[in-house]
Amino acid sequence: MNKVRVFVNGKEYQTTSGMTILDLCKRENIFVPTLCYHPDLSTKGICRVCVVEVEGSKTLQASCSTPLSDGMKITTSSEKIRRARKTVVELLLANHYTDCTTCHKNLKCELQDLANLYGLTDLRWKEKRERTVKQDFSSPVLVRDNNKCVLCQRCIRACNELQGVYAIANLFKGDSTIVGSAFNSPLGEVVCINCGQCVAHCPTGALYEKYFIEDVWKAIDDPDKVVVIQTAPAIRAALGEEFGYPPGTRVTKKMATALKLMGFDYVFDTQFAADLTIVEEGYELLNRLKKALVDKENVALPMMTSCSPGWIKFQEHFFPDLLPNLSTCKSPQQMFGAVLKTYWAEKMKVSPENIVSVAVMPCTAKKFEAIRPEMADSGFQDVDYVLTTRELAAMIKQAGIDLKDLEESNFDDPLGVSTGAGTIFAATGGVMEAALRTAYEVVTGREIPFPDLNVVPVRGFENIREASIKIDKTKPEWSFLEGITLKVLVAHGTANAKNVMERVKNKEFDHHFIEIMTCPGGCLGGGGQPLPVTPEKRAARAKAIYEEDLSLAYRKSHTNPSIIKLYKEFLGEPNSHKAHELLHTHYTPRGRY
Amino acid sequence: MARKIDVVFSDIELGKALKKVYEAKPEAVVETVKKSNLRGRGGAGFPTGLKWEMAAKINKFPKYFICNADEGEPGTFKDKLILEKQAPKVIEGMLIGAYAIGAEKGFIYLRGEYKYLYSSLQETIDKLKRDGFLGKNICGKKGFCFDLEIRLGSGAYVCGEETALIESLEGKRGEAKNKPPYPTEEGFLDKPTVVNNVETLAFVPHIIVNGADWFHQFGTEKSAGSKLFSVSGDCEKPGIYEFEFGITIRELLKEVGAAPDTKAVQIGGASGFCASSDDFDKPICFEGIPTGGSIIIFNKSRSMFKVLKNFVEFFQQESCGQCTPCREGCSRMLEGIEKFELGTGSSKTVSDLLSLSETMSLASKCGFGQSVPNSFRTIITKFRDEIISYRGENNE
Repeated sequence: MNKVRVFVNGKEYQTTSGMTILDLCKRENIFVPTLCYHPDLSTKGICRVCVVEVEGSKTLQASCSTPLSDGMKITTSSEKIRRARKTVVELLLANHYTDCTTCHKNLKCELQDLANLYGLTDLRWKEKRERTVKQDFSSPVLVRDNNKCVLCQRCIRACNELQGVYAIANLFKGDSTIVGSAFNSPLGEVVCINCGQCVAHCPTGALYEKYFIEDVWKAIDDPDKVVVIQTAPAIRAALGEEFGYPPGTRVTKKMATALKLMGFDYVFDTQFAADLTIVEEGYELLNRLKKALVDKENVALPMMTSCSPGWIKFQEHFFPDLLPNLSTCKSPQQMFGAVLKTYWAEKMKVSPENIVSVAVMPCTAKKFEAIRPEMADSGFQDVDYVLTTRELAAMIKQAGIDLKDLEESNFDDPLGVSTGAGTIFAATGGVMEAALRTAYEVVTGREIPFPDLNVVPVRGFENIREASIKIDKTKPEWSFLEGITLKVLVAHGTANAKNVMERVKNKEFDHHFIEIMTCPGGCLGGGGQPLPVTPEKRAARAKAIYEEDLSLAYRKSHTNPSIIKLYKEFLGEPNSHKAHELLHTHYTPRGRY
Repeated sequence: MARKIDVVFSDIELGKALKKVYEAKPEAVVETVKKSNLRGRGGAGFPTGLKWEMAAKINKFPKYFICNADEGEPGTFKDKLILEKQAPKVIEGMLIGAYAIGAEKGFIYLRGEYKYLYSSLQETIDKLKRDGFLGKNICGKKGFCFDLEIRLGSGAYVCGEETALIESLEGKRGEAKNKPPYPTEEGFLDKPTVVNNVETLAFVPHIIVNGADWFHQFGTEKSAGSKLFSVSGDCEKPGIYEFEFGITIRELLKEVGAAPDTKAVQIGGASGFCASSDDFDKPICFEGIPTGGSIIIFNKSRSMFKVLKNFVEFFQQESCGQCTPCREGCSRMLEGIEKFELGTGSSKTVSDLLSLSETMSLASKCGFGQSVPNSFRTIITKFRDEIISYRGENNE
C-alpha cells in the first residue's frame, strides 16, 4: 500500500492507495449520491449518478470505480457535476413507471430520493413511462416489475456474487436491455432459490416478494379461525428499524405486544422450534457419527444443516449428489408448524383445520418452503402463511400501532418459551454454536468449555469459518467419541457454499458438521429484512442477537422446559419414530435447467 | 499535393522484421515503436509503443496479445481488405508486439460478419505454423513461443471497444469495463493484455524494417505515417485509400472524385464528426479531425436529417445498455430528433438535446457513449435549419 495525497474540493487528504474516490468520500463524510453502487457487491460504475470531476480528465469520472492516485484533484460538487447528475436521474425517471403513491417502495425508493434531491419536478423527455411490460409473477415467491427497473444490476450481482445462482442477467442490448433469465424465460422456470437477495438489493420497486398481508388480516378477522403466529429469531433484531429505532435495537417484547394487539390469538416463538431443531439435529449428528465409527456404516458425512430453505433448494439444484449429507431435520419454521397442528392442537382441543399458522420470517425462501408438498405432516399444510419482516412492519402500521409506544410483554406458553441457543439461529454460525452447546453436553455431561458458552470461533462474518473441539471424558454411551476432535465449518452466502461443496465433493474436508446459511450474515441479513441492507446493519443486528442470547435465562436448547415437556408428553425420545414422522423430511434432486 | 502512398498493401518479406526484432531486446522494440509515434488506427489514436510499454512493465504472466478485427464502425471496411490481402503481415505485427511485451498467446477477434474470412485466416495461421512462424521456438529463436487463435464476435458494435472485446473473448456479455485498471495491467483473464487494431499491426513490420525515422517522413508532426480510409457515398471512386495524415478533406474529396456539390462529409463513422464545406480545408489527423478511417460523402441531394436519424438509430440499438447516459440518452436523442419529423420540434428541442449531449459525452462509462453525441452535435450545428425544418415524407 502506497501513501497517497489527494485533494477533494481543495482540501488535502492523506490515505493509502487501493481506495476509490467514493471510499474516501464516505470515510470523510463528503456526500456523493450513488445508485448502482452497493457495499456488498462488486463495482460496476454504470448508473453514473456518482460522477465527479478529476482535474486533467476531459470527462467526469464515476467516483465508485475510480481509484485514487497520488496528487489527484477531485471536485464533488460543481455546476457541471450537478447538471450531469440531474440529467442522469432525469433519464432514469423518464424510463421508469412512476406510480409512486401506489408503489410498495414509496418513500423507501432510492430513485425517488435522487429525484427529490435534484428537484426533478418536470421531465424534459416525453410523457412518463406507462406500464409497458407485464410483471413476472411466475416465481412462487418473487415478483419482477421491469417497468420500474433502472438496470443498476444490483440484483444480478447479488444473485451471482453473493449467491452463485446466476438466475438473472442483462438481456438484449441498447434500449431493449432488460434484466431477465436465460432465453428470457420467466423467473419461475429457471433455477432460483427464492432467497430474495435480489429484492434486498433492489433500489426501486422493480422487485418484491409475494405478499400475504391481506390473507393474514382476513384470517384474523375470521372469528372461526385460531390464528397463531411464530416469529423467527432474526425479526426481533431488525423490526425496530422500520419504526425508527437504530439498527441493532432489540424489540422482542414490544413485538410480542404488537402481535397481540393486532389480533393474533396466540403469539409464539420460532425459537422454541429452533431449540427443538437443535435437539433433533444434535442427536442426528451423534447417531450418524455412531453409525460411521461404531457400526462402520456408510453414512453421509459431513452432515449439513437444513434450516435455510434457499440453501436447501440450492443444494437440490447444484449438488444433488450431496443431498444425503443434509440433515433430515425440517427447519424450525416447519417443525413449529407440524408441532402446532398436532401436539398443540390436541392439547388445546382445537381442530387443526381451524388453525391458521402464520410465520414471520426474515426470509422470502420460507414462503416457498411452506408450500412444499412434503411440508404437511400434520395432515394439513403445516404453515399457512409466511410474512417477511417488511410485511409484518406494514401490518403493524396498518393496525395503527407504533412499536415505540408499546409496553413489553412475553410470548405465550408453551410454544413461546425458548433459549439463547434458539436466538442465535439468526446469525451465521449460530446454529453451529447452538448445536455444539447441546451436543458437547449430551456427550460429556459437561458444558462446552467456552467462557459464557460463547463459541467465538464460529461467530463473525468471515465467508468461511472453521473450528474444532476435542471431546474427552465422555459419558459411557458415547465412549466411541472419546478423544475425537469434532471439526465443524460454517459458511454463509450460497456462493461461499458452492465453494465449500466443491471441496466436499473433492474430499478436501474431513469435517463432521457444516452449517450453511443462504444469506450473507445468516438470517439477520435475509432477503425479507428491512431495507436497505448494509454490512453495518448486519453487524448491528448480530450484536443485538448475541446480547439477547446472553440476557436469557436458558442458553442451551436441551434445557428449554417446554422442549423437555414436549418430548415427555408427545414425542418420546429425540429422533423417535414420531419425531421422524413430524419433524424430519426428505429432499428432491432438481435439475440445473 | 497528393498524399496518396502505399504502405499497408505493399509487400514486405515475411520474417524480415521478425528476425531484426529477435536480434534486439524487447525493450528496444518498444522503444522503436514509441519513437515512430505510431498511434492506434482504430480511431482513438492511443500511442502503440506506450501501450506495449505499459504491458511489458507488468510482471504478471501469461500475457496476451489481441488483434482487434471487430471492424464495426459504420462506413469502414479497410481491416477486412487488410485481412484478405495482408494477413501474414498483420500476424507478424502481432508476433513483434508479443515479443515486446512477453506474450505467448494471442487472439484475432474477428467481427462476426466477417465469418467468411475465418477459413482463409485459419489457413494462413496453419501455414505460418508449418513454416515456423507460429508455435514453439519461432524462427528458431529459442524460447519464443506464440499460439494464435481466431475468435468470432457475435455482432455487437461495442465489442470493438477493447474492454468489451475482452469481456466477449472471456465468454461474457460484451460490455465495457471500468478503466483503470487498463487491459495492459488487467486484461484477458485479468492478465496483461494488449489490444491493437488490424491496421496498426500492419504498420509494425514496416516500422521495424525501415526504422522510426522512415515512418516520420509521412504525416504530420503529431500524426506520423499514413492511414487507410474507407470511402463511400457520393463520389466517383469509392473504395479504400491510403493517405498520409494531414491530408485535407478537400484534397481527399478530389482524390476520390467527389462531386463539386458535396454538402457534407462524415469523418469517423457514426461516432465521428460531420464536416460541412466550411471545414473542407481542415486536415485529417489526430490534432485535426481524427478518424478511424470511415469517410462518408453526402451530396446536395441528401437529407442530413435522415443521416442524423440513421446514426442515432444505430446507437440506440448498439449501446451495450449498461450505463444510463448512453442507454437512455440514445433513446431520448432519437425521440427528440423524431420530433422534427413530426413537426413538434422547436429550438427548445435543440437546446434540450444539446444539454443531453453534454451529459452523454461527460458522464458515459466508455468511449461509445461519450462519442455518440459527436455526429449529433456537428450535424445540428452545421445543418440546424435543415434539421429543424425537416418534415417527414408523410407530413410533406
